[in-house]
Amino acid sequence: MAKVDLNRVEMPKQEPHVRAKNFNEVALGYNAEQAKYEANRCIQCPKRSCVRGCPVNVDILDFIKAICEGNMPEAVRILKNKNSLPGICGRVCPQETQCEEVCSLGKKGAPIAIGRLERYVADWEQQQAGSARPIVDIAPASGKRAAVVGSGPAGLTCAADLAKMGHQVTIYEALHVAGGVLMYGIPEFRLPKVIVQSEVNYVKSLGVEITLDSVIGKMMSVDELLSNGYDAVFLGTGAGLPMFLHIPGENFTGIYSANEFLTRVNLMKAYLPEEYDTPLPMGRLVAVIGGGNVAMDAARCALRLGADRVYIVYRRSRVEMPARAEEVENAQEEGIIFKMLTNPLRFLGDGRGWVSAMECIEMELGEPDASGRRRPIPKPGSEFVMDVDTVVVALGTTPNPLVPSTTEGLATTSEGTVVVDKKTGQTSKPRVWAGGDVATGAATVISAMGAGKVAAASINEFLGGGTG
Amino acid sequence: MYKILCREDLTPTAHLFEVEAPSIARKAQPGQFIILMVDEKGERIPLTIADWDRRQGSVSIVVSEVGRTTSKLSRLKKGDSVAHFVGPLGKPAEIDNFGNVACLAIGYGMATIVPIARALREAGNRVYSIISAPTKTDLFGIDRLSEVSDTLIVTTSDGSYGEQGWVIEPLRHRLDAGEPIKRAFVIGSVCMMKLVSAVTKEFGIKTVVSLNPVMVDGTGMCGACRVAVGGKTKFACVDGPEFDGHEVDWNLLMARRCTYPVRLEEVATAYRCQYCGQW
Repeated sequence: MAKVDLNRVEMPKQEPHVRAKNFNEVALGYNAEQAKYEANRCIQCPKRSCVRGCPVNVDILDFIKAICEGNMPEAVRILKNKNSLPGICGRVCPQETQCEEVCSLGKKGAPIAIGRLERYVADWEQQQAGSARPIVDIAPASGKRAAVVGSGPAGLTCAADLAKMGHQVTIYEALHVAGGVLMYGIPEFRLPKVIVQSEVNYVKSLGVEITLDSVIGKMMSVDELLSNGYDAVFLGTGAGLPMFLHIPGENFTGIYSANEFLTRVNLMKAYLPEEYDTPLPMGRLVAVIGGGNVAMDAARCALRLGADRVYIVYRRSRVEMPARAEEVENAQEEGIIFKMLTNPLRFLGDGRGWVSAMECIEMELGEPDASGRRRPIPKPGSEFVMDVDTVVVALGTTPNPLVPSTTEGLATTSEGTVVVDKKTGQTSKPRVWAGGDVATGAATVISAMGAGKVAAASINEFLGGGTG
Repeated sequence: MYKILCREDLTPTAHLFEVEAPSIARKAQPGQFIILMVDEKGERIPLTIADWDRRQGSVSIVVSEVGRTTSKLSRLKKGDSVAHFVGPLGKPAEIDNFGNVACLAIGYGMATIVPIARALREAGNRVYSIISAPTKTDLFGIDRLSEVSDTLIVTTSDGSYGEQGWVIEPLRHRLDAGEPIKRAFVIGSVCMMKLVSAVTKEFGIKTVVSLNPVMVDGTGMCGACRVAVGGKTKFACVDGPEFDGHEVDWNLLMARRCTYPVRLEEVATAYRCQYCGQW
């Protein structure tokens, strides 16, 4: 056996100075040759630790083997057997802390680029004619019905799995398109919307019905779903409520929550003003407050929308930033300015209600806090003023109370998350399951998908179904 | 797609649309709103529900042509459809038997106050309504409102219909005369609601205003509609749209509604508040 190449095949990307001016996808994906070379680096170790490292237990080794053998339909089948949204996961999963982190090759060199290979398989399938046809087995109809609330990653996964198990599933989505955070949150240049819609269409092809424009909790309650013929309900309503800083001046015009900013850009397509009606009034000096992936996304959108200068303002240092290293790197390459150890104190207005500046204070790091990260402490006397005319607050989100507050018997925590049994996704209310951000608080796409899968298995058991 | 079952031109630039939306009609309550998108590339705009017909499965809205989306909407006819129509959103109006109540409205409020007035009357209140417009041709919904009011006063700024004046004068007149009004419900421009609230505050009358800030999703997700009420930030879409008029930070609301200064130029003058220029 030839010696294993310890370096992974780099994925081609748009050049930073080019991509900073367009909304096209940054990472361009492997070609067949690159994919095959990378797949061949896999030593097919018997430990199969990557499979256990995956929250939805994709048979990673097997689909990689299929790529090596040039059997792409088989690779697709293996992948989709466990993961209904591979084109999405291949792009936005933090593989470096999951499957790739435990890859045996990682001890000596670079782990297999599992995410890139997953994306390659998903994209290959998209390019084939008739890819919307289900290629997985669907169990005979059970005659049972399930309602899924929310069409984000948790809801889509739960719905797809339940459909494969033979149940009739309807997804209720509040917005005018399906996909949840995949549509309104993650920008086009990181996750093209045609990929999301094609995976949504795949879920539909399994027999799942999607009802848009339906705010459960307002148009219909969970109890009404349960009494209107649904045997079980899964809540995948996400964490949609934006957190603010609660400092003076935060309601000046020009200060957005990241949710609003990204929704205008991604869902409402404010970056295509010739075609779409939703505006995004924005200035030249943009400050994004926060250090997560959402902050990176907002900053990179602002840059692409033509801002002169875009700052990431974060109260801790680069090491503590929750964003993926790859995204921080991308943002830096594109010219985002990082102002670390900086915390806003108040916003100043221009006299007409618009934000014109932000007073900040410098921070230093003390002892670790409850999150295990070093606590930021203000440095007395270090206050300074930054000129800004647009601010995006990306501090995180909490679950939307719309469903919990209108559902009797559904226990929630003081943080507003729905209480679930982690092993099953069951809530305190009979016949109701929940999973994803609504149960955990803001987390990742793949952990939400994992929760959707766990709940689907439990619902299936409750409905008396066999294995899907 | 949501079909337009009926269109009625209330004035040359204000139109009532009855839209087929059975699941919203089934749940609609006074004071709630819907969000619509005219087409797939349009904006999401909030509009207060003007009425509903549960049997027919329809919801009525009143649209004043003030900007791009409302102009687009105004070109639709009976039989056409809008792409998206979501609701009912927001909290319903608090209805109770308060005794004597006042309902004040201008602009689109002349239509959207009707379900509130009706519910108040059904709850046993004596309903005293006041509406006003710059001139006779800008008035609409008089018959509908008069059906659900014990007294209806109509004024115009130029005196072309009813008494000459605005909504403030008849209200003040009544209050000065010792009318025991227990609560006021106000729908109109920001400026009008602010001025009415100032008057009712003098008399210690609790006043409910219906705020209509910029919104995107309408479910508490974006925070575009944040308003300050009693010193606290609230989201009009889920905490409102009705708030205590004596607690609202009106100047902030005015500033935040002017997020798109360019668009103000497009606002038809008939629907601008004659005092502050807002609509």
